[in-house]
Amino acid sequence: MTWLLFLEQCLNGLQFGLMLFLLAAGLTLVFGIMDLINLAHGSLYMIGAYLAATLTQATGSFAWALPLAVAATGVLGMLLEVSVLRHLYRRDHLSQVLATFALILIANETTRTIWGVQSLALNVPQALSGSVELLPGVNYPAFRLLIIAVGLAVAALLYLLVAHTRVGMWVRAGASNRDMATAMGTNIKLLFTLVFGVGAALCALAGAMLGPLLAVQVGMGESILILAFVVVVIGGIGSIRGAFVGALLVGMTDTLGRAFIPVGLKGLLSTSFADAAGPALASISIYLTMVVVLFWKPQGLFPVRN
Amino acid sequence: MKKCILLCLALLGALAMPAQAADKIKIGFISTLSGPGGVLGAAIRDGFNLALEHTGGKVGGLPAEVLVEDDQQKPDVARQLADRMIKRDKVDLMTGIVFQNLLQAVEQPVLQSQTFYISPNTGPSDLAGEKCNPYFFAVSWVSDSYSEATGKNVNDKGYKNVFVIAPNYPGGVDVVNGFKRYYKGAYAGEILTKLGQLDYAVELSQLRAAKPDAVFFFLPGGMGVNFLKQYHQAGLNKEVPLFGTGWSFDQDTLAAVGEPTLGALNAAHWNLDLDNPQNRKFVADFEKKYGRLPNEYASQGYDALMLMDAAVRDVKGKIEDKAAMRKALETANFKSVRGAFRFNRNHFPVQNYYLRQVVKDDRGRFVNKTVGTIFTDHPDAYVSACKM
Repeated sequence: MTWLLFLEQCLNGLQFGLMLFLLAAGLTLVFGIMDLINLAHGSLYMIGAYLAATLTQATGSFAWALPLAVAATGVLGMLLEVSVLRHLYRRDHLSQVLATFALILIANETTRTIWGVQSLALNVPQALSGSVELLPGVNYPAFRLLIIAVGLAVAALLYLLVAHTRVGMWVRAGASNRDMATAMGTNIKLLFTLVFGVGAALCALAGAMLGPLLAVQVGMGESILILAFVVVVIGGIGSIRGAFVGALLVGMTDTLGRAFIPVGLKGLLSTSFADAAGPALASISIYLTMVVVLFWKPQGLFPVRN
Repeated sequence: MKKCILLCLALLGALAMPAQAADKIKIGFISTLSGPGGVLGAAIRDGFNLALEHTGGKVGGLPAEVLVEDDQQKPDVARQLADRMIKRDKVDLMTGIVFQNLLQAVEQPVLQSQTFYISPNTGPSDLAGEKCNPYFFAVSWVSDSYSEATGKNVNDKGYKNVFVIAPNYPGGVDVVNGFKRYYKGAYAGEILTKLGQLDYAVELSQLRAAKPDAVFFFLPGGMGVNFLKQYHQAGLNKEVPLFGTGWSFDQDTLAAVGEPTLGALNAAHWNLDLDNPQNRKFVADFEKKYGRLPNEYASQGYDALMLMDAAVRDVKGKIEDKAAMRKALETANFKSVRGAFRFNRNHFPVQNYYLRQVVKDDRGRFVNKTVGTIFTDHPDAYVSACKM
């Protein structure tokens, strides 16, 4: 195990964490500000990836398809908020879970009817398909570097938006005390629609950026949504900063766990036991991290509400 | 008392009736037609229906009624459908199931009721070995046959330091064991990943650092698509040759994934370009009817019906005569799209396995090209345990 390999694995962890952050950012805002458990968040991610794939084929350019898919999904998200989700805010969490679960089923079946059961082709654009030599001996795929760059840029942008603008102030007020924010004259209805649209757009960005790396297929949202929920819970519900730190923590834990736990165990224990326990331990490392964090900080790392 | 008399009369009636030709034949077709695995069941169904069209809607000369049901990839649903088909619909033959865990759910009621089951896909090793059954036939393969062939090919090509990657579940371990049975060289690394893993960056970094001379991977479904895309994207396809089973490179996957599959080597018992009259007809008519090229699954569905057709014709429609029917199925007097076909005594095929490579054809489509024969008349590894 060389230092260069360790460095490369850290980059992998950073990249995986940042891609989780794109999903978790929207989820934590919706969860924290509107108090809405939106299971259909993963469906918006799927729709974003499908739109990016279709638009790439239609326009012939990933660079055009990406903003179009993000904008279209953002608009779709706002429509969804106005037509369906708005009516769920005052309901209890069980009704929200049931209703948004229904949305998952509807989204999956609709996608299947429109695009068919087979996964869709969406490949890395030619210009980014190579790899970059970061250090002598460390080649890193260019597209993964782009994901890191986009993730960091979005994190910076969200930080500016939430910490230094008027809209951001409303968002923070809404997250910490919704009723008081309404009483102080914040247009909560409009704010919620906007926040939901931004969340949906971030989902689409994640879907479009990950489409070239993952299978674009029906149900792709559900597998990644679970990780996004873990991130939100670790980070503290409603906190963008929490989502960022939580996402990096989960990304690093998962990556370094998978890379080094099996190897480390082989050094300590008998080979046959290490072979069996290594992969199992690596795959639960995320959840172990969550348990440890919640044991010390039951509200998550950066609690917002009260 | 009255009940008893009725029962006795019925029994006597049944005794008096000689095994006579039925006037039609009922086939139960349970398959996964929805959800992520639905694409496989749909391929089998399309191949099966094309064969039925080729036989004029008849099986062995008898009008056929096919009951198609979707098991939704849920074992309990499959079990319910099978019970209903056996008890209420009284089907004569059954087929269709894609996945091994679903077959496990229905094999007991189907085989106990002495209904012939023709597997168009999954071939569990226990049914090929100690649990082999007179009523169970597979027109496909045993679940580790493809990886045996891949292992043999990697070994014959002289690779000495192979990296292996598969998901950590019993099916994955079985397939890897099939590979190991024929590959005798060393291992640069062996990784068992979490089932359903999305990102393979970690494994690809380790793979590159281990400097293997070849890679064998088995990652079914979406996992395989993720891995292929990322392998290609990391530029590894230019450095280390990638070997897989035919399942990872079926025609539907090639069409959907495109570029990242190019050049990959894989093993299967059938291919589009196998040169025999029935295969040429199958491929041409399939494309005409469905507007896409067929894959292995479709070829297996096609062969399943052709086998039934031949057997029913051989017993002259007397499908109630189980012993004669079994014999006719064992004889397998039909022309398979894979070419020569015969059953071993465990009712699994003895067949060739081919080496295929993904290329672009003259119309710009990604297809498998047959580049060699790995095994000729290859039996599975479990037949010696079968007492049949």
